[in-house]
Amino acid sequence: EWLLVVWLKIYTENKPHLIISNLVDKLERLALVDFRTKQGLECLEKAIRFADQLHVVDTTGIEPMDSVLEDRALYLREDTAVDGGCAEELLKLSRKTVEEYFVVPPGNIPLPKKEERSSMLKHSEL
Amino acid sequence: ASQQLVGVVGLEVHAQINSNTKLFSGSPVRFSAPPNSLVSFFDASLPGTLPMLNRRCVEAAVMTGLALNCTINKKSYFDRKHYFYADLPAGYQITQQRKPIAVDGVLTYSYFGEKKRSQMIRKSVQIKQIQLEQDSGKSLHDDDRSQTLIDLNRAVGLMELVMEPEMKSGEEAAAAIRELQLILQALGTCQGNMSGQLRVDANVSVHRPGEPLGIRTEVKNINSIRYLARAIYEIQRQIDAVQSGRAVQNETRAYDSKSVPMREKEGLQDYFMPEPNLPALIVYEDNASLPTGIDPSQAVVVQKIKDRLPELPGVKRDRLVQTYGILPEHSFTLVNEDGLMEYFETLMKTTQREPRKVIGWVTNELLGHLKQRDMSVSQPISPAHLAELLKLQETGRISSSAAKQVFQEMWRSGGKTAWQIVQEQELGLVHDSAQLHSICQKVVDSHPDEVHAVRNGNKKVLNKLIGLVQKETKGRADPVLVKEILQ
Repeated sequence: EWLLVVWLKIYTENKPHLIISNLVDKLERLALVDFRTKQGLECLEKAIRFADQLHVVDTTGIEPMDSVLEDRALYLREDTAVDGGCAEELLKLSRKTVEEYFVVPPGNIPLPKKEERSSMLKHSEL
Repeated sequence: ASQQLVGVVGLEVHAQINSNTKLFSGSPVRFSAPPNSLVSFFDASLPGTLPMLNRRCVEAAVMTGLALNCTINKKSYFDRKHYFYADLPAGYQITQQRKPIAVDGVLTYSYFGEKKRSQMIRKSVQIKQIQLEQDSGKSLHDDDRSQTLIDLNRAVGLMELVMEPEMKSGEEAAAAIRELQLILQALGTCQGNMSGQLRVDANVSVHRPGEPLGIRTEVKNINSIRYLARAIYEIQRQIDAVQSGRAVQNETRAYDSKSVPMREKEGLQDYFMPEPNLPALIVYEDNASLPTGIDPSQAVVVQKIKDRLPELPGVKRDRLVQTYGILPEHSFTLVNEDGLMEYFETLMKTTQREPRKVIGWVTNELLGHLKQRDMSVSQPISPAHLAELLKLQETGRISSSAAKQVFQEMWRSGGKTAWQIVQEQELGLVHDSAQLHSICQKVVDSHPDEVHAVRNGNKKVLNKLIGLVQKETKGRADPVLVKEILQ
């Protein structure tokens, strides 16, 4: 919610372009979608305004609902072992394994910066 | 002149809950099992699986919260903390960010001062909160083949304890952690082994009071208490050097700190969201507040847990002081060293000597030897044997200095009794008057000048004569008796 409010404030108050750029960059990294075109930003703005309709509802004094389970009691499980021991089955799901370990790339591969991405795309075969 | 720099240390502790199964699944918790053998479909984050909260973990968190004087939140919530890392297959960790199970506690701890080694300094640090959360799996980095191996066994339940940054030095931090370790072990909620069960991260910085905090350095996964103190000391020293302009920022560190995994970089990723699969966790104050018809296995009652709390280290120390009349400093040492208290209490059962006279032997002689060899109380000298030695000393069969000698020999020989050694090495005090008389006579006869001085009132020379007698008897003469005879 905070993101929407801040975003809207920036758009309506015509704040400097730099702030928007950083936010867009952050959103792009999280969503892994490039939308920095005029069309993309327009679409984003429309989406935000659409979601803003939520603000029309008066929620004073009402606890937010964070689970459809509402007042349902949280089930507490006994501390006895009933699971596990299915390594073989689970390892079958992995493309690459080594001696009962799952094999993954060495650490996260960071998304290159915006400038680097554009130049990468320019030189890519796509 | 520059104002004195003050250290600021904040600790974050992750304690693995001592339970049979994991926090959200019925997979067993075991040390050193084959990789991925303790993993259920939920632990592997297969679609369609749901978390099932372990009752024992809730009780452990409540018990720990109570022992640390926290307020237990009757209603607490679970959240998802999102970040991408291979050993977190779900893409999020279930934790308690909004409202954890326990808040606002206090941990009191003590340590021996630097200037006055025998004096204890009492401090306390506020516990901001205790929250239940999942542990991630384990990553083994294979740099040669440029790959990482993932073992999801470890996803056990954790209690994260956040302490306010009120501590000033590595010494304080080490003492606080040691006390926390003792408390958790007494409660049985965490076994407290620092190489994995109790993980401590420290945020260290240095500043002048009144000025904003300067450089902040984080040290993660410290695996021994001694190292904790040292690492913090080193960091503070280096920050001080940097801030005074004496050193470059990227000076090589004298210790090795584990590199921060990329999962936490820039705070870009770890956003929170309520965990939609788990309703609020409710714990009840007492039996009276239980809703009618509730299944007892579904109710965690705070009062019941409070009643079951075992004797905490602080209470133990007070009890020792009360029962035996020893100093708080001594009782602190007894409780602080594994097994020492039990040794002392066993010893007190078999000896008739006063506790105050005995305590020195345990906290100085015995502990000193153990520390020299970096051993724990594995009893090379059993309480019974030590009791015998003390009896010999008390009944005047051997002198105090001889007793220390015998102690050393008992340690080295591993099993010989005190009396055996006294006889073998002829360390027993000589009480035979006639024998002493003749020796004294000999000394007196051969030192007429000194005798003359004594007769004229020079008492100090008498000590010299006593010394000579002692030399003759190889230190075995009862000094009191000798003095009498000479006079």
